[in-house]
Amino acid sequence: MITLTVNGRKKKFAGAPFTRLIDALREEFRLTGTKEGCGEGECGACTVLLDGEPVNSCLIPACSADGRRIETVESLGTPEKLSRLQESFLVCGGAQCGICTPGMLMSAHSHLKAGGKTDDESVRTALAGNLCRCTGYQDIVKSVIGAAKKGAKRK
Amino acid sequence: MALMANVGKSVLRREGPEKLTGRALYLDDHAIPGCWHGVTVRSTIPSGRVKAVRFDPSFPWKECAIVTARDIPGKNVVTLIEPDQPLLADGVVRHREEPILLIAHPDRATAYEAAKRVTVEYEPLPAALTLEDSLALKNKIFKDDNVFKSYLIEKGDLAAGFAQADFVVEGEYRSPAQEQAYIENNAIAAWEEDGVMVVSGSLQCPYYVVKALKALLGRDETKVRVIQTVTGGGFGGKEEYPSMIAGHAALLALKAGRPVKIVYDRHEDMAATTKRHPCVVRQKVGLKKDGTLVAQDIDVLMDGGAYATLSSVVLSRGTLHAAGAYTCPNVRVRSRAMATNTPPNGAFRGFGAPQTLFAAELHWEKIADVLGIDSLTLKRKNLFQLGSVTATGQILRESVGAQECLDVVLKRSKYAAKRKEYDRWNKDRGNPTWRGIGLAIAHHGAGFTGSGEVYLASRAGVAITRDAKIFVLAASTEIGQGTNTMFAQVAADAIGVPFDWLTVETPDTHKVPDSGPTVASRTCMVVGGLVRRAALQLKAALEAEHGRVPKTPSDLKKAAATLCAGKAARRFEVEYEKPPEVNWDDKTYMGDAYGCYSYAAFAADLEIDKATYEVRVRKVTTAQDVGKALNPTLCEGQIIGGSTQGLGWALLEEPVYKDGVMINAQLTNYIIPTSLDTPPFDVTIVERPYSRGPFGAKGVGELPMDVPAPAVAAAIKHATGRLMTVFPFTPERIAEALS
Amino acid sequence: MRGDPRSMTVLSPRSAAEAVRSLAENAGALPLAGGTDLMVVWNLGLLNGKVVVDLSRVGEWKKISVAKNAVRIGSLVTHSEIQRHAVIRARFPLLVQACSVVGAAQIQNRGTLGGNIANASPAGDTFPPLAVYEAVVHCVGPDGKRVLPIDMFFAGVKKTNLKPGELIEAIELPVPATAPSRAAFRKVGTRAAQSISKTMFAGLLWLKKDGTVADARLSFGSLAPTVKRLRSAERLLAGRRLDAATAAAAAAVLTDDVSPIDDIRSTRDYRLEVSRNLLVQFLEGRKR
Repeated sequence: MITLTVNGRKKKFAGAPFTRLIDALREEFRLTGTKEGCGEGECGACTVLLDGEPVNSCLIPACSADGRRIETVESLGTPEKLSRLQESFLVCGGAQCGICTPGMLMSAHSHLKAGGKTDDESVRTALAGNLCRCTGYQDIVKSVIGAAKKGAKRK
Repeated sequence: MALMANVGKSVLRREGPEKLTGRALYLDDHAIPGCWHGVTVRSTIPSGRVKAVRFDPSFPWKECAIVTARDIPGKNVVTLIEPDQPLLADGVVRHREEPILLIAHPDRATAYEAAKRVTVEYEPLPAALTLEDSLALKNKIFKDDNVFKSYLIEKGDLAAGFAQADFVVEGEYRSPAQEQAYIENNAIAAWEEDGVMVVSGSLQCPYYVVKALKALLGRDETKVRVIQTVTGGGFGGKEEYPSMIAGHAALLALKAGRPVKIVYDRHEDMAATTKRHPCVVRQKVGLKKDGTLVAQDIDVLMDGGAYATLSSVVLSRGTLHAAGAYTCPNVRVRSRAMATNTPPNGAFRGFGAPQTLFAAELHWEKIADVLGIDSLTLKRKNLFQLGSVTATGQILRESVGAQECLDVVLKRSKYAAKRKEYDRWNKDRGNPTWRGIGLAIAHHGAGFTGSGEVYLASRAGVAITRDAKIFVLAASTEIGQGTNTMFAQVAADAIGVPFDWLTVETPDTHKVPDSGPTVASRTCMVVGGLVRRAALQLKAALEAEHGRVPKTPSDLKKAAATLCAGKAARRFEVEYEKPPEVNWDDKTYMGDAYGCYSYAAFAADLEIDKATYEVRVRKVTTAQDVGKALNPTLCEGQIIGGSTQGLGWALLEEPVYKDGVMINAQLTNYIIPTSLDTPPFDVTIVERPYSRGPFGAKGVGELPMDVPAPAVAAAIKHATGRLMTVFPFTPERIAEALS
Repeated sequence: MRGDPRSMTVLSPRSAAEAVRSLAENAGALPLAGGTDLMVVWNLGLLNGKVVVDLSRVGEWKKISVAKNAVRIGSLVTHSEIQRHAVIRARFPLLVQACSVVGAAQIQNRGTLGGNIANASPAGDTFPPLAVYEAVVHCVGPDGKRVLPIDMFFAGVKKTNLKPGELIEAIELPVPATAPSRAAFRKVGTRAAQSISKTMFAGLLWLKKDGTVADARLSFGSLAPTVKRLRSAERLLAGRRLDAATAAAAAAVLTDDVSPIDDIRSTRDYRLEVSRNLLVQFLEGRKR
């Protein structure tokens, strides 16, 4: 039996141990915010945090994540109460079709939480593993920098 | 002023909160009880006869639903324009990855395993894999000449024009295919519900799917229902191909007697579905010594793939834009779309125009060298302005922002100063890079071409329900571009009520009228106009029957009760009406090709590493005349996003074909831009209102795709002195050009 | 997703010894480290029915240990961990640079150094730095431990000289006796990030006081089935003064050691020209 801490809750996974983490999350735990775009670790739509670090959940069998901590987009805000980062994406136009958005948010969230730099180049580097075909990235970068600035002000 | 409480403001994206929290449900996110997984067995040769289909006897086939062409109750045709494309190959295959057989199984992995246990035996036939093969009739694929469609535009007297010319400049330009690369792969589910075939999924054009399903299943529209789910990008890639997948899912659902979903993986999506049409354009242009255009003779050749699909209309738009945004008294444009034994090419943002505009724009760089006049001066001299006459004889009566866009870009990009600065930089051999700045200008017609909108006769509406909800009713889909938000803004302002009071109905063909496909930069200008008209009818009814437009929710309730008069809802629906001044002749291909054009100017500022020939775009400056930005943030999002796809096409993206199939059908090898490949964009929205557009709006969806490639090519010319006419401009191609 | 998880047998050893035993007892089993390569193939449905030895619980191989003359990087150390390690950053900057261009953050957080070399892609990003740092690979198998110098490790495209049942314990990097006078790494890929390389260069150079070359270690990736040291150019450079003529002469003998091909990502001509340019740039001491 595989145990995963998903968004702060301990969960047992009884499926085949080699089930991909993305499938365990989406199909077993019904956390469908995590998306599959390529199945080869290229697009980043399936990005979740594993022990706080962004990883591609399409490239991880559940057995390798046993006992570890997983955070998905569902751990951020809700439609009624968006997180600061989500709010900034909404205001700056950081989401269009929305399919890359959960992965993009998780990469950005982890970067900001780890105290990553918030200049344009650093943010772009942090997001380089998340492909977006709609926005041309500028509004996404603006969203992340905007959220960081707001966060700094509040402190 | 209540009239403009929302329009023109960056109102927040309607469905944004759901998308940002992972709550928005894309097709594969829906839990559909009892749903099986459908997979497709595809041809492994580009041209041949199917001799036999064998099933591995050791596999438990009883667990599967299997569908072949024989199981089709109606016509085996993906109904669109020509009836040439089968839903399932029946005896003959005409391209690689053509669907032959369908399998559904309760378990996804088993369904894929089943597909592996089917062996198809072929008798190969000759294949025409390239435009050259097709022209040489290496294999007859479509009628006697492999020509899906041809057009001829003739204006003025071409021979007389060339006779007047002091210079005649000829050139040939080639543009590659391009993959839409939406991040959500194609996904559609189907199930029967009380005798109705319900199809739901990721798609742009619900009523295209209805039309295809009606013919396929031999049913009328009351027995076919199409519902769009949240869609993870389209860009044209989900315009026509979903009709194929919807048909597959429906057939499997009928056979299995339960819901079936087909979710493509990335490889299948890239290898099997449509691309932008590869294109060859020959330009022959006559000019006076001072740079005045006197003759344009243009020949366009597009590769349509194995079936006609949308090639005729893609070619039409390409043909109509081929002369560029310039006035010339004597013009001939000849164009053909050819059949080849490759997967059909189809809709992709720009729809033929980016290909022909690339040639038209870049040709100015060649002309500049011949005439000894810089390309900017030449372009400015001939550029469209108010009252100009296009290649089809259309007089541009209003809303012509080309010159203004150009002026804004020249100023904001410091074009003239950078040209000089980079000339100096490039002279110093010690510098590690070459630098260049290049410019492109384009026009893009909004809405369907010519009489297209008249034939479409689109309908849209608004409805007020007894429980005091106001709905926008249209089949136009939200695919990321902002349809939901824009419709709600337009309707709210037309009625004079708060934005929050409006709900945009899900595109469900049993609930919404056919507002036409979500393509062709028509959603704002054409459908937005219909929504506004319908909303004004509701407003008039409120004023007439309720005495006023309600300002409070409680007053809205009263108004709703009055208007609905005991019924569940009251609908106000309008149909497209052709503006009387817009006239088009399909026979001569002359007249008002589009109601109105949008305009863009674009400067690409780049440098090329002398050691590796890698290109880095340092800055993009663009100005785009969209009539009116109904929502500036969304509008800018279209401009930056479309420009980025254009930069990708110019520099990185190239489907590589071998034996008729794309061999780099993975995101690992088909290279689209990452955040680090994308430059900062300086965007200016220019607003020259169009009197027929809602609040002055024209189109913006496709326009940004037209300008990056020629601007990049011009910048590379500036940096290296080489005019490169075949792209993408990969480091390999640049190295070769410079060797 | 075409892999079938139910068809897979997963073994989860808790120690290095158990891992070696698991692999020995299951001929043809696939060792799984970060999974960033293996899972791509699995997703295509090409590995169904296999036995996998999941190494994620083998703690001994996740450590970096620093000795006076060497740094030993456990095979399961990730590319991210290498980038964060102060001593590696100071002593082996080219390896750090290489690790920072492996895929993007998501891949660097999962992919391991041991997995990277075991996978033996001709385009492995860390290989040119490992080659010029003259890394040695510590292997362990049913017949015990063995050490392979990095240039003896790769056997061809996706092939290593690991014996059946052998696993990688660690990669050891000897600290050069003196700090190099010049060091450079450059990856030329298909785009600015998340790319597979077309050519990749790592170079270390030691100059004498008189400006002549004491020692040069030069390496290219993606130009041959395996990473290559430029033995011919290195020999040519020894004792010579670094000027344009010397650099050109070194570039001219590039094909003594490498033999690039045309493939889906690039061409032989481009790879050779750009590789020569990078080599000349390095030897002439020009900044990019």
